[in-house]
Amino acid sequence: MSNIIAEVDVLVIGGGTAGPMAAVKAKEKNPAAKVMLLEKAHVKRSGAISMGMDGLNNAVIPGHATPEQYVKEITVANDGIVNQKTVMAYAQESFNMINQLDRWGVKFEKDETGDYAVRKVHHMGTYVLPMPEGHHMKKVLYRQLKKARVEITNRYMATRLLLDEHGAIAGAMVLDTREGTFGVIRAKAVILSTGAAGRLGLPSSGYLFGTYENPTNAGDGYALAYHAGAELSGIECYQINPLIKDYNGPACAYVTGPFGGYTANSKGERFIECDYWSGQMMMEFYKELEGGNGPVFLKIDHLAEETISNIETILHTNERPSRGRFHEGRNLNYRTGMVEMHISEIGLCSGHSASGVWVDEHAATTVPGLYAAGDLACVPHNYMLGAFVYGKFAGESAAEYAAGRTLAPVDAAQVAQEAARVLGPLNNAEGFTPTQVEYKLRRFVNDYLQPPKVSRKMEIGLQRFAEIGADLPFMSATNPHELMRAMEVHFIRDCAEMAARASLYRTESRWGLYHYRVEHPEKNDADWFCHAQLKKNAAGDMTCFKRPIEPYIVPLDDAEKDAYNRMRIVKQAAVA
Amino acid sequence: MTMTLNRVSVPVIVDEGKCIADKGCTVCVDVCPLDLLAIDLLKGKAYMKYDECWYCLPCETDCPTQAIRVDIPYLLR
Repeated sequence: MSNIIAEVDVLVIGGGTAGPMAAVKAKEKNPAAKVMLLEKAHVKRSGAISMGMDGLNNAVIPGHATPEQYVKEITVANDGIVNQKTVMAYAQESFNMINQLDRWGVKFEKDETGDYAVRKVHHMGTYVLPMPEGHHMKKVLYRQLKKARVEITNRYMATRLLLDEHGAIAGAMVLDTREGTFGVIRAKAVILSTGAAGRLGLPSSGYLFGTYENPTNAGDGYALAYHAGAELSGIECYQINPLIKDYNGPACAYVTGPFGGYTANSKGERFIECDYWSGQMMMEFYKELEGGNGPVFLKIDHLAEETISNIETILHTNERPSRGRFHEGRNLNYRTGMVEMHISEIGLCSGHSASGVWVDEHAATTVPGLYAAGDLACVPHNYMLGAFVYGKFAGESAAEYAAGRTLAPVDAAQVAQEAARVLGPLNNAEGFTPTQVEYKLRRFVNDYLQPPKVSRKMEIGLQRFAEIGADLPFMSATNPHELMRAMEVHFIRDCAEMAARASLYRTESRWGLYHYRVEHPEKNDADWFCHAQLKKNAAGDMTCFKRPIEPYIVPLDDAEKDAYNRMRIVKQAAVA
Repeated sequence: MTMTLNRVSVPVIVDEGKCIADKGCTVCVDVCPLDLLAIDLLKGKAYMKYDECWYCLPCETDCPTQAIRVDIPYLLR
């Protein structure tokens, strides 16, 4: 069967944040290369920043921070488990990337002298650069894609990567989500930039699409990388975020903190030293939420009127702009009440925590020809600017790898097997609907995987995920849209199994709430000061193993190591 | 397969008086990250075909005639 729909040098899968940057940089590196950007939605408005972003969370700007300071901050924030080389590569490129975006027309906040107006949110350093007009981010990227003559293919999803006989990349197998047709894209190199596994846990509202992450990000890239034999890392270090109760956006302490807003308990008192999102901070948030002083709120009602209207303008036009109408529906006015908060469903995301596909400082995964960037690539706390920087690395690396290579032959057996899997639900006149399977799967994720993590629960979870795995071939889809959802359920199930196995493997607690194991409540550096990796072995089974941490290039002293473990505000005893 | 009809109130509301899909406009359908909107070919108007909304607002923001209003889904309101 011949269903080859394209032959390219570099195929970028995912056109949100890292993907467009990767595609543009691959073209810049080698203008003769054929670069295709594949997107499940439409590149104009896709991904985590479909409505823009209100600021950079990790800007390393001379005069405010140094790359060494940043590497220290992230090493400590991620409880020591980092490949510092990857964080350093980001930090050293951070300022160049900000200037690049500035030249492209992204508007950053500047002071009266024209310098970037950086704000402090992190525990130690100063890295937050507001973008009050950041809602135009996707337009800026789209213009660059057009200018670079990147070939854009919208409304396609990749379902599996195609490998050659040596296990190197040969392309991807894809589904046209509008037509329901299956095809093959041959490529010399592939870049994964499909974002977080954001549709893993079920929001406490029970609404499937009320996730923090754009729900299109179903963990596609995690599953694609896994089935291609790539190493994944830190999967047990979940993403859990502090959000507005019932609404999927942050309240948001990053925006309001520099103006004097803060996270408070029901008495309006501060209880954490620092609002930067870390597992340690989430642990204190969780304790306060569940304790007698709960729930937790964002407090800004004490601020001046002009400050509050400024905050409103930023929060109601960027990132999650429907926030304003949510508050309106609940009769909440920032001037007269605190914003009730809650914790999000669990997800996998290296942009916020550290769960991702293992990459080196050139964005290369462990599979030859496969690169990764953005929320799914394991560079801890990398956020949007990290997605851009690693997008650049991935684009340049992939263009270099592809140069001088020929396309690998297509293995007909792999294609036939995948075509049968993907198109199966269309041929099932009777069967489970993707929505029903997804709901049950994600409810089990909540029941069995949500921290505090309990071994026996996670083992039961694995049994349930295996049973759902057996149900998947019996899903039925009546149209291409449902078929896309059905394929996403496969990804979500893979991610659920990875989350359970990785969490069971690391028999200690680390990263605060992200990996709090009730039976192993302490951090155990003697046995677990290492990366925990996960991959599909030669027999096709999911296995976990340790990878030693490379010697630090920026050493920490003992006081610094502990900085993120002192999150809770300790009240001084009154002097008699 | 056996079908049931469960009614839901959808979050994306199209003002059919303002919608110009009959003139060939497909902006809202194009920009929806979850591909939830479609054009009713008989009426020539856009509508929400799948109830899987992330209430992210590109459809509302990018509509050239301001024909779309996105409500927070009832379950979350």
